[in-house]
Amino acid sequence: MQPNNDVKWMTAGESGLAGLFTLAVFLCIIAVAKAEDAPFAFHATLAGFASLAAVFAIFNRYFDRASLPPQEINGRPNYNFGPIKFASFMAMFWGIAGFTVGLLIALQLAWPALNFDLPWTTFGRLRPLHTSAVVFAFGGNVLLATSFYVVQKTCRVRLAGDLAPWFVVLGYNFFILIAGTGYLLGVTQSKEYAEPEWYADLWLTIVWVTYLLVFLLTLVKRKEPHIFVANWFYLAFIVTIAVLHLGNNPALPVSVFGSKSYVAWGGVQDAMFQWWYGHNAVGFFLTAGFLAIMYYFIPKRAERPVYSYRLSIVHFWAIIFLYIWAGPHHLHYTALPDWAQTLGMTFSIMLWMPSWGGMINGLMTLSGAWDKLRTDPVLRMLVVSVAFYGMATFEGPLMSIKVVNSLSHYTDWTIGHVHSGALGWVGFVSFGALYCLVPWIWQRKELYSLRLVNWHFWVATIGIVLYISAMWVSGILQGLMWRAYTSLGFLEYSFIESVEAMHPFYIIRALGGGLFLVGALIMAFNLWMTVRVGEAESEVPLSSGATLQAAE
Amino acid sequence: MSFWSRHQIMEKNSIVLIVGILLVIAIGGLVEITPLFYLKSTIEVVDGIRPYTPLELTGRNVYVREGCYLCHSQMIRPLRDEVERYGHYSLAAESMYDHPFQWGSKRTGPDLARVGAKYSDAWHVTHLKDPRAIVPQSVMPGYKFLAETEVNLDQISDHLRTSRAVGVPYSDDQIKNAVADMKAQADPDSADADAFVKRYPKAVARNFDGKAGIPTEMDALVAYLQMLGTLVDFKLYNEKANLR
Repeated sequence: MQPNNDVKWMTAGESGLAGLFTLAVFLCIIAVAKAEDAPFAFHATLAGFASLAAVFAIFNRYFDRASLPPQEINGRPNYNFGPIKFASFMAMFWGIAGFTVGLLIALQLAWPALNFDLPWTTFGRLRPLHTSAVVFAFGGNVLLATSFYVVQKTCRVRLAGDLAPWFVVLGYNFFILIAGTGYLLGVTQSKEYAEPEWYADLWLTIVWVTYLLVFLLTLVKRKEPHIFVANWFYLAFIVTIAVLHLGNNPALPVSVFGSKSYVAWGGVQDAMFQWWYGHNAVGFFLTAGFLAIMYYFIPKRAERPVYSYRLSIVHFWAIIFLYIWAGPHHLHYTALPDWAQTLGMTFSIMLWMPSWGGMINGLMTLSGAWDKLRTDPVLRMLVVSVAFYGMATFEGPLMSIKVVNSLSHYTDWTIGHVHSGALGWVGFVSFGALYCLVPWIWQRKELYSLRLVNWHFWVATIGIVLYISAMWVSGILQGLMWRAYTSLGFLEYSFIESVEAMHPFYIIRALGGGLFLVGALIMAFNLWMTVRVGEAESEVPLSSGATLQAAE
Repeated sequence: MSFWSRHQIMEKNSIVLIVGILLVIAIGGLVEITPLFYLKSTIEVVDGIRPYTPLELTGRNVYVREGCYLCHSQMIRPLRDEVERYGHYSLAAESMYDHPFQWGSKRTGPDLARVGAKYSDAWHVTHLKDPRAIVPQSVMPGYKFLAETEVNLDQISDHLRTSRAVGVPYSDDQIKNAVADMKAQADPDSADADAFVKRYPKAVARNFDGKAGIPTEMDALVAYLQMLGTLVDFKLYNEKANLR
């Protein structure tokens, strides 16, 4: 790349990317000028400014840098922490934003006046904002940050690509911005957890393929003979999400300068594609990705090797094979053919086994280190997350049984189930991982305050318990009221009576969600103080990956 | 060579690992999804099912945009209480022209698959503007702004054309007259109303929101709600025809 040592050249990546973004600026100007609707014009404007900022950033870095960052310094890998810091920060930011919107929509269900009857503040537009903000923005940034960290540490090489990792984290967060503002403006294709319209989907495809390449090429150039188990899970998560995204989202825009599109699939086929996607967004985004976190951060924090290497092999292949089949349990008793529903149910029940195998592998990793649960609230958070994982993956197969589902489907029980997984498992394992990661990447000796972690743990745990028990009661109550008959054989309750009966539980749920948010605010303060006033780590970091080789 | 040492091939070669993952995750989806494109029960054609009129389609897009599907399902299950509460269980054919489908997953409010013709237009308009004016215990947001927003007439034929490209059988005639049909459905006394009903059998032309002039999004949404579940005549429907 540098034929002459005296003259500094731009790399092919720098000049190519700067050229593409310059082109993008012009395309955005045309798109704004020809836009068919206001949200599209707004998004094209955002994209134009973002592209301009990208060109500026690339040139700015070029003028500031002497040469490219070396792969190794003194024989030790020169790890790339910049994009990880950014993604960690964004995870915390989006987490608080997502929990806040969640609290708001919970309150709207208790007190509908809070909808304000304005287009952009109604429940219907805010609910996708909540789900996407917590799943894709909070969860997604946690996965980006931890995967980039874990793959470097366990391969003992610097992340592949020079600008590519930055492109991934910045591009992904730009996708979130487009998706989120789109929901508020009414831009949605209405497929749950795949609401963003065609142009956001296309952009995500580009970002995601780059993510896959960065991850894969880092694996390819690794200095360790074995690929560590966490990386199998990350790889399965990245690849499968790509497949699901492409399968579920094909759509034809009404105009290339407009936001509205029509989904390629229709009716029952679309329903099946949607829940094949939807359930595996849970299976691969919220499970496989976070299991990777479990497989790295719990052994690391407990300073014990993974409990069983063979169990992790069985766990991995069984879970990715079985999960894909489970989608139809979202469509029990619908117009989807019975055989597909039965397949979905059968595989969902089988899924219980690898799920609990994984849970056992995570929990038993603490063998010989259980005492740390008393002294280390971060480890306690990680371990309790795995316990919640076990609970949610027991409840899931139960609810997938058709008779149970005939009661639970369409009710709040589903919402309670999702949140015991989302708050308990995904939330806590993410919090635990961030509490580990932030001191590591900012080279701080320890967290600002373990007492505050303890407060976070208990406030959030009480919040979760209030949330899920309120939803169990309201969901089952709802289901029973809908099917209740009088002695004369008439339906006992009108629908609105079941709505009225939900009111107290919606208040308890909002209280639980509020406590969870308070916990996250305590965490944000703690992490902020860790970075700002935490004592710098003096010696060489201990995290050399020694405990992380495949246990054979 | 034991199984466990054989597995090291996967652990030591990232490309083999990624190919392995792709193969393993492909099976379930292929088995469950592919047959839905050729099995009779999922592609049956039922008498009465027709594509949405331009006004109904616009209303449906409002329904999608406002996220109505997040609280209202459109899928009646063949369970005793549901059939008694909402009507005949939903058929696959009834959503065959739905891109995307709107079956929903949650009933914070009641199912809407057969809400058509159950309430008057005035009921819907009042209820959409202020739900608690009619149902005091309701937790639904109010949608006053729909009554003040005119529908977009410029793009409607493009919407029909795009729908046709993804498989909805709109005729050339229907696409050409989309704007006229949209206006005519909300203005039953206009000269175009007869031609409109001929193009869309069993479609109802009414002034849904009671206001003259260009149709509003309220007209469109009510037109959509009033046709939901009304297309199939279940006295004539033979539920055994496509069983196998």
